[in-house]
Amino acid sequence: MPFETELLIHQSVKGRCGVDLPTPEVRNRTGQNLREGIGLPEVSEPQVMRHYTRLSHQNYSIDENFYPLGSCTMKHNPRLNEKLARLEGFAHLHPLQSEEHSQGALEVIYQLTDWLKKLSGMPGLTLDPAAGAHGELTGMMMVRKAHEAKGNPRKIVLVPDSAHGTNPATAATCKYTIVTIKTGDDGMVDMDAFNAAIEKHGEDIAAFMLTNPSTCGLFEPNVKVIADTLHSIGAYFYCDGANFNAIVGKVLPGDLGIDVMQINLHKTFSTPHGGGGPGSGPVMVSEALIPYLPIPYVEKKEDGTFALIQENETSIGRIKGFHGQFGMMIRALAYMMSHGADGLQKVAEDAVLNANYILHNLKDDFHVPYPGPCMHECLLTHKKQKEHGVTTMDIAKALLDAGYHPMTVYFPLVVDGAMLIEPTETESRETMDGFIAAMKTIAKRAQDGDATAFHAQPQNTFRKRLDETQAARKPVLVEDK
Amino acid sequence: MRYLPHTDESRKDMLRAIGAQHIDELYTHVPKETLMSEPLSSLPSHMGEMQVESHIKALAEKNTPTSKMPSFLGGGCYHHHIPASVDHLIQRGEFLTTYTPYQPEVSQGTLTYVYEFQNYIARLTGMDIANASMYDGATAVTEAALMAKRLTKRSNVIIYPCVHPDYIDVLKSYSTHSNGTVELGTEPDENTACVIIQSPNYYGLVFDLKELRKKCDAVGAKLVVAVNEIISLGMLPAPEMADIVAGEAQSIGVPMSFGGPHLGFFACKKEYMRQMPGRLCGKTVDADGKEGFVLTLSTREQHIRRDKATSNICTNQGLCALAFTIHLGLLGETGLKTLAQLNHTQACKLADTLESIKGVTLKTETFFNEVTASFPISTELLSTELSKHNIIGGIPVGKTKHSMVLCATELTSDEDISKLKNAIEHILKEQESNGGLSHAV
Repeated sequence: MPFETELLIHQSVKGRCGVDLPTPEVRNRTGQNLREGIGLPEVSEPQVMRHYTRLSHQNYSIDENFYPLGSCTMKHNPRLNEKLARLEGFAHLHPLQSEEHSQGALEVIYQLTDWLKKLSGMPGLTLDPAAGAHGELTGMMMVRKAHEAKGNPRKIVLVPDSAHGTNPATAATCKYTIVTIKTGDDGMVDMDAFNAAIEKHGEDIAAFMLTNPSTCGLFEPNVKVIADTLHSIGAYFYCDGANFNAIVGKVLPGDLGIDVMQINLHKTFSTPHGGGGPGSGPVMVSEALIPYLPIPYVEKKEDGTFALIQENETSIGRIKGFHGQFGMMIRALAYMMSHGADGLQKVAEDAVLNANYILHNLKDDFHVPYPGPCMHECLLTHKKQKEHGVTTMDIAKALLDAGYHPMTVYFPLVVDGAMLIEPTETESRETMDGFIAAMKTIAKRAQDGDATAFHAQPQNTFRKRLDETQAARKPVLVEDK
Repeated sequence: MRYLPHTDESRKDMLRAIGAQHIDELYTHVPKETLMSEPLSSLPSHMGEMQVESHIKALAEKNTPTSKMPSFLGGGCYHHHIPASVDHLIQRGEFLTTYTPYQPEVSQGTLTYVYEFQNYIARLTGMDIANASMYDGATAVTEAALMAKRLTKRSNVIIYPCVHPDYIDVLKSYSTHSNGTVELGTEPDENTACVIIQSPNYYGLVFDLKELRKKCDAVGAKLVVAVNEIISLGMLPAPEMADIVAGEAQSIGVPMSFGGPHLGFFACKKEYMRQMPGRLCGKTVDADGKEGFVLTLSTREQHIRRDKATSNICTNQGLCALAFTIHLGLLGETGLKTLAQLNHTQACKLADTLESIKGVTLKTETFFNEVTASFPISTELLSTELSKHNIIGGIPVGKTKHSMVLCATELTSDEDISKLKNAIEHILKEQESNGGLSHAV
């Protein structure tokens, strides 16, 4: 069991300090009185080291064990990428340095752009967005601008009920009204509902935001029909590429009629999740949307050098300070080069193979709402266990005691008690067999009527179930000063 | 392929186990004509670690980083020293390779540092509460404007032209599709949701907030203070007069990395808690009554509220927030104040030096670590010429292009400043003899 450690604020002893800085000459040209007590801790370097090392032991990580969070793509994070992002020529480069001084960095952006264009089969691209949801916003801003350029921004965005919450939130941020399209009994877009929405709203529809492969772990078979239908009414086809890992190197989104798609470098291209960021959410676009790409972007000049383009009249403008999450771009480029075209295709194939292997091995123990084969994640529900009073939440907490991070739970919302399992391609068969065995044990315990014991889990973790209700009812976001 | 554990044999075995002959049988829903069985021929094949390393190192070596020569660039991104322990700790796999802490029982490490981060940001800014971080300063300030609109149910935003230009641009891009206007430095009225000011501003000037606070109060507008050099808060009084303080915290713990990833922060008064964007970490207890932390108030967020969410933001800048939290823990109360003084003292020396050069005028009377000076030659020319002296100059600004914002940090040595003086004097003399001096300034 990990060591306890108090907040550094509470370890403070006046006079301690974790740095040795030169003693400055005292000057004051700020026009202000000097700042009084801030309330920061006073601790030594070894205290800081021990505090954060102890905290690290309280976390679960992909380095330690299997992390099957659906739609999150928790794959191995190669340390080569970390090393390269820290090279002096990148880490200490200021974003406002001259083009002459930053040719290498501009070339990184250019090369990554080239890789992503080829992997997507789409001709336009921006690397500026800071994360997936930021990419969605950028994409939808382009959609809106493109419609405005034709004289009518339109009113409605279609979003399936299985979509990630960022999709409707993004469309709403761009002042669109959301019309929800229900998911059919097979887990795919209900084409009757889709066609009815097209019929009803027609040219009021600005775009359809579809996650493909979907959050149910399925590839949408009607994707090309959907694209054609949207294009016939002048609407754009937005694809949420959060699940690109299933199809990278296997399918070019450009071949599917997609107009705009964000991908997450921190998923498919293995930049570390870091406990919640930083991410990076490049957006690929079709020819029609290229004029609206945000600034800045990189172009190759005739003399072979690279230029940072900061102005473009038709652009949606700037969506982030400076040039995007550059450090993540280096990591992603190193990852792509390590795999190559052949390796990336294997990434998708192995990820899909692994998910189907888990689905196949658990389909008798857990309810499978939609028939397979699945893509890179498989969807189960608690239907069978709930009959015995054991829910998805209980299964998740029991997995913690078995030494596994749970799958994504209660998402997507289209099935009751969803459990979305994404093994990724970097897991071996032996690892998955261990997880499958743990899941089978849990299923058996549920069937044996072990509900009360489930409710008391987890028992083996650093903290037991935390009182989230109290946290929300009487929020404590900071310590009293 | 070093990242893939399966062998061709184990792939076959697994396919057999699930009753498939070929991997493409698992892609049955993909339109046949779009499925690629062979790898893309337009991209290279896989490479070993040595090859990738040499390729990317060669790219890094094409750059001239600020560590190679004296640099006076600031403007929302600063070259500061980062203690070795910071980078060591954030590279621990338990921090680096973990997801957003949605399972709190096995995420107390992440949640605890996020809580510490919120505490530090709240204390530095003089605000009641802070969130778990934002993408960067530009998007944080934009989210502040959006929150002010929600709070006041008003649609117009006023932003001072002395705020970082990228922040203004991002705010404008986000505002294109919403109701209301974004105006530069006009007087607030009863339609104004908020007024956004930055201090120290983009030109380095330290701004007194009292008058602006009064103007905002008179019409019921919120006051948003942007800060893009967070080390300034180790010396300047906290902007506690503000309703929201948002900006960039890259200066503590995070390298410049050509502009990202950096660290946006967002702090405000307690009563706005339920309208805040982004993730929040709260203190609670576990089933045994032990103290612990969870992500909380998620009913504001997109994964619960969907199109009614306060923001579409999902990811924060977790690992950068950790770097900040560790670095600030090392600095502590006295270290941060010393660091701030070091920055300011070097900037005072820079200001003294600029004032001593004939033809150069200092424009910023009160400043922290950046100053603006005007020059008798175009500052674009000055930058180019300084580069020939192996000096990275400041940021050329202003319509006439005769001004430059120059920054000094604890990494700026006295020698760097005297090199700058010699170079500028040399350049001005040369230009004078060429007859290139402007008399307009």
